[in-house]
Amino acid sequence: MQINPFVKKRRQFIGLTIILTIFTFASIIITEYDVVKGFTSAPRAINWMIANLYPKEEALKNLPRILDKLGETVIISIGSTTVASIFALMFAILGSKTTKVNNVLSLFSRLTASIFRNIPIVAWAMVLLFSFGQSSFTGYLALFFVTFGFLTRAFMETIDEASFSCVEALRATGANYIHIIFQAVLPSSIPQIISWMLFMIETNIRSSTLIGILTGTGIGFSFNLYYKSMNYNAASLVVISIVCTVLLIELLSNYIRRVIL
Amino acid sequence: MVLLDVKNVSKRYKDTKALSNVNFSVKEGEFISIIGPSGAGKSTLLRCINRMIDANDGEIIFDGIDVLKLNKRDLRRLRTKIGMIFQHYNLVYRLSVIENVLHGRLGYKSKIDGIIGRYSEEEKEQALKILEDLGLGQQIYKRCDELSGGQKQRVGIARSLIQNPKMILCDEPIASLDPSSSKVIMDQLKDISVEKGITCLVNLHQVEVAIKYSDRIIGVNSGQVVFDGPSRELSSDTIYAIYGTEAGNLIVD
Repeated sequence: MQINPFVKKRRQFIGLTIILTIFTFASIIITEYDVVKGFTSAPRAINWMIANLYPKEEALKNLPRILDKLGETVIISIGSTTVASIFALMFAILGSKTTKVNNVLSLFSRLTASIFRNIPIVAWAMVLLFSFGQSSFTGYLALFFVTFGFLTRAFMETIDEASFSCVEALRATGANYIHIIFQAVLPSSIPQIISWMLFMIETNIRSSTLIGILTGTGIGFSFNLYYKSMNYNAASLVVISIVCTVLLIELLSNYIRRVIL
Repeated sequence: MVLLDVKNVSKRYKDTKALSNVNFSVKEGEFISIIGPSGAGKSTLLRCINRMIDANDGEIIFDGIDVLKLNKRDLRRLRTKIGMIFQHYNLVYRLSVIENVLHGRLGYKSKIDGIIGRYSEEEKEQALKILEDLGLGQQIYKRCDELSGGQKQRVGIARSLIQNPKMILCDEPIASLDPSSSKVIMDQLKDISVEKGITCLVNLHQVEVAIKYSDRIIGVNSGQVVFDGPSRELSSDTIYAIYGTEAGNLIVD
């Protein structure tokens, strides 16, 4: 019996909707979530934020210290991204389908990257805290590991996408492996690679807030300090300065992307 | 003089046979077209010759060298003598025309020279001359992604010519081009073979182009050579046999 493909599509859609609805209700019941209360308390939270989370004049006195910490955070995130990207590039070249040396090394590099990527950044921070204590270095390492894992994966895909065809052509001319990397793979994937690095710098500034809370360094620590001492005005100043920095970096990296692509 | 001898070459991919017992030989300076339906094994056959794909069985003798027995280093040396042109040009599009052409010299370079892209003045002059001959003298510093399809393919030809090859393998060189650029490219390939005596082995989809340009045609179907002879001997019956269709079912009629 032939089923009309349109009927089949509609059935699939209806089926999917039913399954999603069941999942939603099941999770509401399991977590004992009060839907009505959830929605009604949202305005109260916003009210509280309006009443407390804004910078007062006296909070501005903290600005130099906040900016100092913010600068530290930006430097840590740029530093961890750039250094991690060097390692990520090496691993990506070994792991990519187009440029792998052999299957064993490729698997090894994929596995390594996957392990670093899939351990959450919070877990890295907590584990590293034991070995390196409360210092910027701990935050740096946590960002470094996760960035390394993520960028390896991103670079691998970039290499496969951007350079498969010219790698084939250069192999056919008799060029050796290292020539192909420098003359074909890097020139064709560098704009994408830089683009990923800029993306990771933005992401890292955002995550370093969380890392800072855990490791007691950088801007995250300032936020935590003000927040716990109920100095919400200063805490809000921290949040605003983070948002501004991230926006600034985003603008800057969008500009760089436009120029290089 | 025989330049290339392909003897009993077979290639298997798991269960499917891409090539089975392919035999033919190519004389120096010949212009040969390989025709056949998509998936017949034309590309595989071409890539077996310079070992971009490794054949499973058989023997390939190029210029007196047993290709299938070469180690990595000797294989690279062999590849410098065989140029290759691709359907999708396979250039590094972010680099300039001249840089792409000079890539054809990498096979002759030491590690360091190749990494930093150091080329001698003679090589640069040769690249310039080839580009001028191909009508790209105005475009040498342009980035390759600014070129038209026909111009990109000419850069591909220039890259293979600067290798000083004995033979050029062309994998569907005009399949992505409009009729007028196709003519330019085919004319240039023909010139190369006539003037420089470089052997050309061209995969083609267009039967009439194959008949017009080549000295000899090899017809491939399901991984087997079903026709091998001068292009004037290619009758319409043989064309149908090559493409495996009934008479009257091809666009060439």
